[in-house]
Amino acid sequence: MSTLAHVFEAAGMSTVVLASMADVARKIHPPRVLACEFPLGRPLGKPADVAFQRQVLNQAFAMLHATEPVFEHFPEVVASDEMPMACALPPRDDPHAPASVDEARGLISAYRRAVSRKGVTSVGRALTPEQIPDALDALHQWANGASWKDVPLPGKNTVAVCHDIRAYYLEAALELVGDLAPGGRAFDAWFYEVTEAGQTILAARRALKAQEAPFPFWFYMVAGHLE
Amino acid sequence: MRALASGMDVPAFDDTPFTPLRKPLSECRVAIVTTASLHRPDQERFSQADTGFRALDRNDRELIMGHWSPNFDHSGFQIDLNVVYPIDRLEELAAEGVIGEVAPHHYAFAGNQPDTVSEIRLDTGPQCAVQLAADAVDVVLLTPV
Repeated sequence: MSTLAHVFEAAGMSTVVLASMADVARKIHPPRVLACEFPLGRPLGKPADVAFQRQVLNQAFAMLHATEPVFEHFPEVVASDEMPMACALPPRDDPHAPASVDEARGLISAYRRAVSRKGVTSVGRALTPEQIPDALDALHQWANGASWKDVPLPGKNTVAVCHDIRAYYLEAALELVGDLAPGGRAFDAWFYEVTEAGQTILAARRALKAQEAPFPFWFYMVAGHLE
Repeated sequence: MRALASGMDVPAFDDTPFTPLRKPLSECRVAIVTTASLHRPDQERFSQADTGFRALDRNDRELIMGHWSPNFDHSGFQIDLNVVYPIDRLEELAAEGVIGEVAPHHYAFAGNQPDTVSEIRLDTGPQCAVQLAADAVDVVLLTPV
């Protein structure tokens, strides 16, 4: 990010960097840095808050008038809300299916409504939406002792598959709660702590680690701090 | 996560390049360059080791955040893309005369890069700079995720 500032300045353009990692930006020395302590993934701080985003941009653009390199901090910190978002999950429908598979099937209508409203979906790195329950079924089997070498994962790439499952749940959940902006970690807290799918991913990841599967194969399935 | 990242190896630059603003901001053409791996559904997805970039048209709003890191929030972007890519705010600032113009194209790179970032420094970054210059961009707002 800050590296690109060097490239663009050298090409004759003035740059200003919104930095979420102040320490990293300091080492790279871009000419104008506005360090913002916001939840990671939200460089403008608050979704759907026009006034707040404008404040950030006003301070950033004002820095363009400086006559020498400048490093400022945005005065307001936005803390990450770690409380799981309040989103009801579908009741059990098929008692013979693994709970996460049943849960994912139950969310398909909300997911489809979200896609038709938004016109775009983030699901599709490795899976179609219809394959989400199948992928959870394979992860469920891994979590329960099956070897990843024996039970194939639809979509193959574990990291891409986990992104797709998380995106499917995110889009469905926001549809169910009506796009109420959750706090910075509220969706992830809900996904990993409350949903069967999140629990299944975490359990499958622990199983892969125990089976000594290659590190990149399991480590990047979820955020680095999760177990 | 922040604590983890602040210990990351990054390329250390000793000098700070500095291109002063050559005209009033109210006459400047402004582009956004983000490292959130944004792309349109019809564009090639970012691969896990993608050092390239995607050009976004000024009017694109149906975008995907294809970043490969599982470490940050996606819900903010899903609700309001401006929290990552403040294109509507830029249009407002242009309409109000705070900035001169919104550039016709904006660019997205992937934030997850090897520690040396050499491809971006020496190859794709300069390519992007050429495209920005061809659009007569004066100011670049860089947004990470």
